[in-house]
Amino acid sequence: MKILVAIKRVVDANVKVRVKSDGTGVELSNAKMAINPFCEIAVEEAIRMKEAGAADEVIAVSVGPQACSEQLRTALALGADRGILVPAEGQVEPLAVAKILQALVVKEGIDLVIVGKQSIDTDNNQVGQMLAALCNFPQGTFACKATLKDGKIEVTREVDGGEQTVLLTLPAVLTTDLRLNEPRYASLPNIMKAKKKPIDTISAADLGVDIASRLTTLKVMPPVERSAGIIVESVAELVKKLKTEAKVI
Amino acid sequence: MSQILVIAEHDNRTIKAGTLSTVTAAKAIGGEIHVLVAGAGCRAAADAAAGIAGVSRVLLADAAAYAHQLPESLAPLIAELGKKYSHVLAAATTSGKNFMPRAAALLDVAQISDIVEVVSPDTFVRPIYAGNALATVQSADPIKLITVRTTAYGEAAQGSSIAAIENCDFVAAQNIASFVSEQLSVSKRPELTSAAIVISGGRGMQNGENFVLLERVADKLGAAIGASRAAVDAGFVPNDMQVGQTGKIVAPDLYIAVGISGAIQHLAGMKDSKVIVAINKDAEAPIFQVADYGLVADLFKALPELEAAL
Repeated sequence: MKILVAIKRVVDANVKVRVKSDGTGVELSNAKMAINPFCEIAVEEAIRMKEAGAADEVIAVSVGPQACSEQLRTALALGADRGILVPAEGQVEPLAVAKILQALVVKEGIDLVIVGKQSIDTDNNQVGQMLAALCNFPQGTFACKATLKDGKIEVTREVDGGEQTVLLTLPAVLTTDLRLNEPRYASLPNIMKAKKKPIDTISAADLGVDIASRLTTLKVMPPVERSAGIIVESVAELVKKLKTEAKVI
Repeated sequence: MSQILVIAEHDNRTIKAGTLSTVTAAKAIGGEIHVLVAGAGCRAAADAAAGIAGVSRVLLADAAAYAHQLPESLAPLIAELGKKYSHVLAAATTSGKNFMPRAAALLDVAQISDIVEVVSPDTFVRPIYAGNALATVQSADPIKLITVRTTAYGEAAQGSSIAAIENCDFVAAQNIASFVSEQLSVSKRPELTSAAIVISGGRGMQNGENFVLLERVADKLGAAIGASRAAVDAGFVPNDMQVGQTGKIVAPDLYIAVGISGAIQHLAGMKDSKVIVAINKDAEAPIFQVADYGLVADLFKALPELEAAL
């Protein structure tokens, strides 16, 4: 079985971003960048399947600027076998990313695609579902458990009221939720080994995919900031304030 | 004038609150509003949808293929029906987030996720970067597929009108995905995303058993109980209680954060609450910077006191 994992280079989860004063976007110059946390869980899940003998090869792909090769190296250090970089400047919309991944699924003969459920920058939560539609594969979104069973995959999903379990034929697309696994740290020997693993570059045009935007961002503004209120001295004072001042209880 | 199709979330009998908020968002776009109720044995839900104020027609797709509303069946149906509309909307719940992007790809259009404001029929505001920025985006697609952040819109009234119900015969049969089981939390408390009061616990609760302290206060207030990602990651409580960027978005009248430090991703899920109370023993915790009322105290002392005072 061949697994494709897509990873996105995003601003580190601990960085509090600021909106640019001209309203064109957020300030990212010099910000610490990382693999999107959900994508890291996707890489981990794929590697565990390989370690369990269920997968032969794990391919990591990233769509974005040349610097994405740093995140691809991280995926290789974690255990992916090889990387593919699809260069693109600026924001590539989820539908375009899904089309690129679809082309790679066909080109590489992929049996299972694992992606993060959302990226922590654009918060779209779309790529996996769109890819599944384009390939006519079943989808196991927001997965917290995935088990391969007789050529199928059983996926337990995080849903609003609890959990739902579905059985999908392969090939399939999974999108990861937080509890699927706890990603490992790359060991130093593996980081060294990753430097020798191949990363191919393929352009979206070579894959026959048009990545033109469908949406135009007109402006980006900061949200209305909440200001800190008051510190109360006791529970009694808190209850009094909630009753008489805020009038919420 | 816009022709808007709202995809209903339902349990075959009633319409979920998120759909009522989605209808309100549809009204903000302006135009004729139809609601699709797809399921198996869902006539009662269609009757309920017909009573939502502002809805002029209900499309009922009642077939075995739509049981459990799996996206592999639902998305082709939405893509087929959606061709006749200028806008297709669904609530940005785990259900809407599951089938809508699939339908968008089938229609070869972008999806605009999680809108909080309608600027014009083709321009919308949506939060990005965990709500630390609000992007205004304009769509060039002929059909706008949109998920709605339900906390940004009030619920449309029910029972005030009777829309016509039209049967829809299109059946998208598929054999690639099947439902196995579901494990839903049973709670007498209000639903987290629509509760007027929410009380949440974080890592400071120390373990799952201690959540009983929150439950006692919640019982007094008629509140829903939430948790921070840290509390979920630590295994204290199930994930469906998670409030935050990657969990549920809530905006109650009163949000009480107990033993929660206030990480960016948690704030993203609750900072639109009307009144925020923080109880934390660390006076430097970032949660105090967004709290209207802060109490620097040991939660194990403060919670029983709060329970007694209510």
